[in-house]
Amino acid sequence: MATFLLRRLGLMILTLWILSLIVFFAGQILPGDPGRAILGNLASQTSVHALDQQLGVNRPLLTRYLSWVGGLFHGDMGVSYAYRTPVEPFVRAALINSVKLGVLAFVIVVPLGILGGVIAALNEGRFPDRVISVTGLSLATVPEFVSGIVVIVIFGVSLKVLPVSASAGAGASALSQLDHLILPTIPLVFILFGYIARMARAGTIEALNSDYARTATLKGLPRATFIRRHILRNSLLPTITVIATQTGYLIGGLVVVETLFNYQGIGNLIYKAAQAKDFPMLEAGVLTIGVVYVLATLAADLLLTAFNPRLRIGAST
Amino acid sequence: MNAAAASGAAASGGAEPSDPASTLAVSHLDVAYRVRGQDRLALRDVSFTIARGETYGLVGESGSGKSTAALALVRYLPRNGRVSAGTITISGQDPLSMGKAALRDLRARTVSMVYQEPGRALNPSIRVGRQIAEVYELAGQDRAAARAASEEMLRKVQISDPRGVMDRYPHELSGGMAQRVVIAMALAASPSLLILDEPTTALDATVEAEVLDLLPPLREEFRTSVLFISHNLAVIAKMCDRVGVLYAGELVEEGPARAVFDQPRHPYTVGLLRCIPRRGQRKDRDRLDTIPGFLPAPGEEPAGCVFAPRCALATDRCRAEAPPAYPVGPGRASRCFYHEAAPDMPRSTPASLPAAPAAPATDTEPLVGIEELSKTFTARGSSVRALHSVSLSLRRGETLGLVGESGSGKTTLARVLLGLTAPDEGSVVTLDGARLSPDARRRPRDVLRALQIVFQNPDSALNRRHTVRSLISRPLSRLAGLSGARLRARLEELITSVRLEDRHLPLRPGQLSGGLKQRVAIARAFGGGPRVVVCDEPTSALDVSVQAAILNLLADLQAREQASYLFISHDLGLVRYLSDRIVVLYLGRVMEVGPAGAVFSAPHHPYTEALLSAVPSIDGQRTQRIKLEGEIPSAASPPSGCVFHTRCPRRLPSGICESTEPELLEGEPGHLIRCHIPLAELRGLQTGETVSLQGESP
Repeated sequence: MATFLLRRLGLMILTLWILSLIVFFAGQILPGDPGRAILGNLASQTSVHALDQQLGVNRPLLTRYLSWVGGLFHGDMGVSYAYRTPVEPFVRAALINSVKLGVLAFVIVVPLGILGGVIAALNEGRFPDRVISVTGLSLATVPEFVSGIVVIVIFGVSLKVLPVSASAGAGASALSQLDHLILPTIPLVFILFGYIARMARAGTIEALNSDYARTATLKGLPRATFIRRHILRNSLLPTITVIATQTGYLIGGLVVVETLFNYQGIGNLIYKAAQAKDFPMLEAGVLTIGVVYVLATLAADLLLTAFNPRLRIGAST
Repeated sequence: MNAAAASGAAASGGAEPSDPASTLAVSHLDVAYRVRGQDRLALRDVSFTIARGETYGLVGESGSGKSTAALALVRYLPRNGRVSAGTITISGQDPLSMGKAALRDLRARTVSMVYQEPGRALNPSIRVGRQIAEVYELAGQDRAAARAASEEMLRKVQISDPRGVMDRYPHELSGGMAQRVVIAMALAASPSLLILDEPTTALDATVEAEVLDLLPPLREEFRTSVLFISHNLAVIAKMCDRVGVLYAGELVEEGPARAVFDQPRHPYTVGLLRCIPRRGQRKDRDRLDTIPGFLPAPGEEPAGCVFAPRCALATDRCRAEAPPAYPVGPGRASRCFYHEAAPDMPRSTPASLPAAPAAPATDTEPLVGIEELSKTFTARGSSVRALHSVSLSLRRGETLGLVGESGSGKTTLARVLLGLTAPDEGSVVTLDGARLSPDARRRPRDVLRALQIVFQNPDSALNRRHTVRSLISRPLSRLAGLSGARLRARLEELITSVRLEDRHLPLRPGQLSGGLKQRVAIARAFGGGPRVVVCDEPTSALDVSVQAAILNLLADLQAREQASYLFISHDLGLVRYLSDRIVVLYLGRVMEVGPAGAVFSAPHHPYTEALLSAVPSIDGQRTQRIKLEGEIPSAASPPSGCVFHTRCPRRLPSGICESTEPELLEGEPGHLIRCHIPLAELRGLQTGETVSLQGESP
């Protein structure tokens, strides 16, 4: 178990290192000059040059990369070109917002998706299966900006029952925050429900068709015990992996939804940073999302190991 | 006449369906699968009964409906399957008409089932003990009592450390252990009917023998009736009181097992028994008989007898009219108009040989030489010695049989020879005296051409996207360098020699039966004119009747092309039939090597002796079985001294077996044994017993 964890940890660090390389160098080869981007088209070439000098962007690439990575180890994520202040507080605030939205979507869609998938599998080929599968697939193909606008129009504009902006404003109560987050959650649930339900359905069908399911049925176990004890535990293993990758998406991939609902999450943050050529902000944001992904995958691996005795390394054979 | 025959058949079944003495009564059962809107009968008018405490065998090839019968009994047919006619009565209850709760109750208390893959029958994420205890808990026991009962049950299936085993997960058990656990689980409910569907097919011969030995006493103790389903005639002969032979969904013959196997009265049973090499049949003396043709396609409804298209005795009457079940002896019935003539039915394949095969040259230089071959696999820091200084030779035109339990290194040896696995430093593999590169990619083309393989599973060995023509042509152009008219001529010759037809050439493997696919694989292997063909379990995925045809084919091809075979099989009967010399491997070491006759008859290595005695025989010559203690040790930590000493029934009391590894010594010319017991003494210990396989034709 210890070696397993160590190896996983090593892989995580490697992943993050490669990510840092990509993020950093991709940022550098983007056309455009940070100084020019900050000062605007009308600024003189000398002042742009002076700013570049000040920002350190005309130092050699490797030096800049090393000083950036060195900073990361001290918790220094760099200084924003646009705001001229450390990016860390921006990233932190955005991350917290993103986590709020992501967690809400997660706690709604994961149980719903699993339940839907399992119900579909138990009724394979019959009416409930068709309804769930077709619904899941249809919802997953609707882009977030379409479903987002539809819910805004229906609930926010026509019915006026829910706020159309996701941000409740500073110092709002938890309840009010939740109220604001309901609408943006809906498109996310739509997108993910189909994925999760499909995986849960496939896993459950596979488990139902297995030899051990036959053994359990022929033991004469009551249906509920059979499903709970012999099916779910095995059938949801692949779903866990899918959920983990989708967790990364829920935290870091919500550019469209966050923009649409004007929510200051990390997706929105990197979108704006990219527009403003605010590389330190962009790099910090993307790297943060990378950390979230890697952690989610690690969590999934640990869960899988916990549920699946065959994966436990070092188990006696 | 029909009516009389039918009533005779019913009487022959031993009991009327309503007879309260029978545990199971199946009467006129039809089972249909709905495929593309049409019902296809998988079982047709099947009737049989099993008396209390009786073991009834259902034997048949794949597609005969054996498993369908078992699943129908417990009402676990696939969703497109249903019982379309007939009745089933299990201990007075009718599973077909009962409600869900009653069905659950029937499964929980009255019927249990064990099937082929024990590893897959157990839930991978629940500890073994819990899975057994579940059965007791269902019967109303509390957790502690259920656990104690499970432990007791495991002891009854002779698991030495029940407590330890209960805390394990299924993947931590060997196949034999897992099957014991499954049997324990099945018996936990003290069922009145135990269904065993190919319970030992996935197991090694020695393990199979142990599991089979376990069953009769348990059957006595639990007073259970047993339905034993198998394709293996010998296993059925060993285990069953009565037997029913299924062909294409019909019970074609039924009767006491001994009588049916000694004097079969249906052409199908006769044919099946003739397909199996036995009574000292050898490739250089006899060809096996075969059953021509194929099972009727699913959904095909023959007007007459189902077996008529493949039967040597069939007349117009057989093709027009379905034969009733004729009583052919006490408790026996045969669905054949010509049951009188069946035992003397003409052969489909001539017994005589097409050409007198040249005896393998014994005095020439070996074609393949293997010296001091070792192979160590390292994984996660620990190393496993799959092969340990193996030295062998293979002569021209000779078949070298390779036997041993799983994990003995058979396949590794074949892979090393083919250059697919690199052996350890110092190992030498030669062809015609020239050293071969350990890596097939570095071997010159004529070496590749000389060494070919036929795999166990033609499904995965043949590329499904290619036609038969391109599969066979490719080695002709790539290895033999043929093209144009010469390639076509050679292709023609090859497909004729493996008895394929022109119409098969444009087909893809998916459109062929298992036997035909294996013929394609053999044609492919012989394409380049190989000198050595490795046959790695070439028939174990095939049915008995198909197997015979493939064995004949291999023997004929060898006689004609003078190829040498390295023949790997777990079936000692096949090895005996085809091999000139035999190598017995155990934990990667050669325990015995010698001429086939010498290896199969005493004196031989105690391990060989045990292997041979584990093979059930159709002929009913029950020999004293040599029991092996325990499981095959792990190759990662082989026992000290003689690696076989942990299981050897003839271990010497002096302790030398534990401390010193014996040399492989030549006792008789060309016959080497690795054992501390002197040959003369072995001869004394192993006298008399005649395993049917070794008998030089009675």
